Amino acid sequence: MLEIKELHKSYPIGDSSLHVLKGINLSVKEGEMVAIMGSSGSGKSTLLNIIGMLDEADSGSYVLDGIPIKNLTEKKAALYRNRFLGFIFQSFNLINYKNALENVALPLYYQGVKRKERQEQAMFYLEKVGLADWAHHLPKELSGGQNQRVAIARALAANPKLLLADEPTGALDTHTSYDLMAFIQELNDEGKTILMVTHEEDIANMCKRIVKLRDGIIMEDKLVELDSRITCLI
Amino acid sequence: MLRYLLDRDTWQEVYDSLSKNKLRTVITMIGVWWGILLLIGLLGSARGMENSFNRLFGDFATNSVFIWGQSTSRPFKGFQEGRRVRLSLTDAKKVEDNIEGIEFVVPRNQNQGTVVRNFLSGRFNVAGDYPLLDVVQKKKLVFGRFINQNDIDHKKKVAVISEDVYKQLFEIKEDPVGAYMQINGMNFTVIGVFEESNVRMGPGSDIHIPFTTFQQVYNQGDQIGWIMVTGKPDYNIKQIELDAKLLLRNLNQIHPKDNRAFGSFNLGENFDKVTGFLTGMQFLTWFVGIATLIAGVFAIGNILLITVKERTKEIGVRRALGATPFEIKRQIVTEAVFLTLFAGIFGIISGGWILILLDYYYGQGDDATLVNASVSIAIVFLALLILIILGTLIGLIPAFKATSVRPIEALREE
Repeated sequence: MLEIKELHKSYPIGDSSLHVLKGINLSVKEGEMVAIMGSSGSGKSTLLNIIGMLDEADSGSYVLDGIPIKNLTEKKAALYRNRFLGFIFQSFNLINYKNALENVALPLYYQGVKRKERQEQAMFYLEKVGLADWAHHLPKELSGGQNQRVAIARALAANPKLLLADEPTGALDTHTSYDLMAFIQELNDEGKTILMVTHEEDIANMCKRIVKLRDGIIMEDKLVELDSRITCLI
Repeated sequence: MLRYLLDRDTWQEVYDSLSKNKLRTVITMIGVWWGILLLIGLLGSARGMENSFNRLFGDFATNSVFIWGQSTSRPFKGFQEGRRVRLSLTDAKKVEDNIEGIEFVVPRNQNQGTVVRNFLSGRFNVAGDYPLLDVVQKKKLVFGRFINQNDIDHKKKVAVISEDVYKQLFEIKEDPVGAYMQINGMNFTVIGVFEESNVRMGPGSDIHIPFTTFQQVYNQGDQIGWIMVTGKPDYNIKQIELDAKLLLRNLNQIHPKDNRAFGSFNLGENFDKVTGFLTGMQFLTWFVGIATLIAGVFAIGNILLITVKERTKEIGVRRALGATPFEIKRQIVTEAVFLTLFAGIFGIISGGWILILLDYYYGQGDDATLVNASVSIAIVFLALLILIILGTLIGLIPAFKATSVRPIEALREE
């Protein structure tokens, strides 16, 4: 599903440059749920951005579902993001003047799906995250957990190959975080491939595999043993 | 493109983002609204002035010149300078026959006369005229008729009097037609009453009597007071004036360069000055209107730039969700055009209201300052077209600004 080989990335800082990723090799199979961990500055966000086609690597190869992601034009990148990827952000990033339904329907709008069909699909995903009754509420009228669920519904709406989550529980309290993780696990059980950046040990332990980054290289890549994997039963 | 414009979602997006901050949207639109309101209001008023001007002069053949005899200022062919010059009917005939581009030559005579009726009397200007005068200076008759050829042929003692004379010598609502009045001790029958014009071109006359009658009564012989020459539409009245004066100098043994022998008043030239003034005003109107409009459009561009800055994150999210840079740009340009156009349409409507108000207060009655103050549909469409073009151009600035930030940086923005 995802093949990354010898990925390098550096950012210019003044006259010198900061080498953020120093040769990353990562392979993710379909149906996996991977947590990328690391302290700040370890390069985990940069890696996620490159995977999310929001940023481009200096060298190395990145193949997503058989398609090499290289030298993309803005237009092409937009198309791939729209078709292949679903984004979940720490701060939800919902459009504040659009209601839940409209927010969920947005990726479908950019796919050119007709209005009626779009609304039906968006409604389907809202039901899936259990917020059908809140479809016509604005983000400010919803709680943090609800907002993140809307964001997940939005990420799911375009039926992407890969879900990318950047600290999805970062803005939520423990109880809501566990709730949300349970839901993400459910999605994974249904077959969605999920890649998430987090620095919380317990959240990472709810995934099936943990990749630890330090100073731009992968320090540890381990599977979470089934018995130690925390399943939320709340 | 058309599909994009007809798509309900397009306008939903525009409506959503504009209604997010309604107050700002409204304030943004005021500039363009004001510009187009000024443009429509001023253009309409200018048109109203032109119309009222045309109405005032409508009864006059504006392409005309008055010529009369004065005194020579140079000795010529044995004549001393300072000789009095008087025009004659033969001169008038020669001018009409020989000068190119002449439509009419109307000879006129004028005198002061004491007019008596019953116990009332007054001194008025009495003019001897041909029926042709009614063609070049349309007389609005309140009662009766103007002088006709029959009156001329039979040297009839008939008079057409002004409303002013009528008021002074007649009772209220008295029928003047057929009544008698004495002019310098001679009985004349009143055949008509004319309404005085708002503008006077040349010396005013209170009473018109047939030219031939005037000739006989005042013993004028062949001599005439002045001639009124009107040119055909395509001919330059200034040239006609020069040609006619040269011919007249020739006929009357006057030095060809004696400029003072004949006096003249060129109505056409003066009319052109006023028309030129009106054209200038229209130009100024366009200039002021368009300049204000551009300022208004810039205000919209400015606000959209700020809006785009504020929406950096939202735009980043949209791009992460799969919006192409083109789609982002298109939306911002659509917003700009929509704002300008919407403000413009409001401006046109308010401008229309202002014109209705102006018409109500200044456009009523015969001596209105503004007659039919209005703008043509073509100008309205032109204004809208200008708005669309300006809106598109100004929208491009924030549009490019919006997509110049990379989505990853846009998303980082807080």
